[in-house]
Amino acid sequence: MCATCGCEGDAKTTLLNLQTSVSTAIPPLRQRDDPHEHVHAHGTRHAHAHGHGCDHHTHDHDHHHDGDHSHGVAAPSAHRSTLEIEASILAKNDGLAARNRAWLSGREILALNLVSSPGSGKTMLLERTIAELRGGPPVFVVEGDQATANDGERIRRAGAPVVQINTGAGCHLDAEMVRQAMAELKLSAGALLFIENVGNLVCPALFDLGGRAKVVLFSVTEGEDKTLKYPHMFQAAELILLNKTDLLPHLDFSVEEALANVSRVNPLARTLLVSAKTGEGFGAWLDWIRAQSEDARTTASP
Amino acid sequence: MHELSIACSIVDLVAQAADGRKVRRVTLEIGKLSGVAPDAVAFCFPEVAQGTDAEDASLEIREIDGVARCETCGEEFATPTLLTICSCGALSYQRIRGGELNIKSIEVEEVD
Repeated sequence: MCATCGCEGDAKTTLLNLQTSVSTAIPPLRQRDDPHEHVHAHGTRHAHAHGHGCDHHTHDHDHHHDGDHSHGVAAPSAHRSTLEIEASILAKNDGLAARNRAWLSGREILALNLVSSPGSGKTMLLERTIAELRGGPPVFVVEGDQATANDGERIRRAGAPVVQINTGAGCHLDAEMVRQAMAELKLSAGALLFIENVGNLVCPALFDLGGRAKVVLFSVTEGEDKTLKYPHMFQAAELILLNKTDLLPHLDFSVEEALANVSRVNPLARTLLVSAKTGEGFGAWLDWIRAQSEDARTTASP
Repeated sequence: MHELSIACSIVDLVAQAADGRKVRRVTLEIGKLSGVAPDAVAFCFPEVAQGTDAEDASLEIREIDGVARCETCGEEFATPTLLTICSCGALSYQRIRGGELNIKSIEVEEVD
């Protein structure tokens, strides 16, 4: 076990299906020792199983050289060579995310990755959204938190099938966690899937989950300059929701300034003002979801 | 601290490519706008690499400056931060460099 690495620790990632109450452990991405095919730098393609790295698995390859054999003049037993790799560090997660995306697309399912700081109101937004969409396409939810199934329980009570992922020490969901959660959910064709990421505006920006769009939430209690402080996440957003507008009468928050900052960071994103508590602004949010869902249907892969 | 996950991914990819050979050097490209802190990766790498073929490898990180092309005037301009825009005042641009997060190459010991 790696003493330092967050991708494995005592606090393992677990997945709880709130429909069946069955909990399963998800091994860290790097430990998943499934056989797979890949290309080496020298160009040969083959499939094999391997496990190394954070699990501190030790190889039994013997690199011992006593140098007493010769190849003509000199007797070097080893020499160095450079392998051009030219691979994205995130290739593994990106590949899994692409598979999720293709799987979802083939079933005309709209998947949205919902991200924000802890406490911006993601879960309450979903509770109201589930209620408002009743009678429409079925809604499914993947809930991500470091610990507890509290949010998953709230979503279940709101009426949507939900899987709760607890990342333990981890600070973000990855594509493999979402793949497993999707398998648990038994998603139906044409459904809506909301993936509520771990509350964090930094790490989830780098890890593609395979959804169609990132919806980034912030609330009027967090300051007008939230978007400037976390530009990575807000630049990755297709839609930005400014939540808790019901609190505006009690605050010195300038909506105008907040919106000016949003367009500075991400001029292409759409921004909507909403209150998950009162439902203010929900018409536009629900319209946006319906339009995206329609888009997911018409642009589905064959 | 996503650099831990990043370091894990690096060690994983390096070990795959090395295929049992001892790794002496790993060269990375990290864009200055990638959202990944090189220092944090360098800090995590030796810990994560312990017990793998990359455990004695030195880590070379090439940082790449941010460059974008303005979609209005077509100029290329330096983007030291994510909030830098073209001097012409237009807000939309294509990021050309600075987002890199790549393993460039590795140096391994070949056994004769």
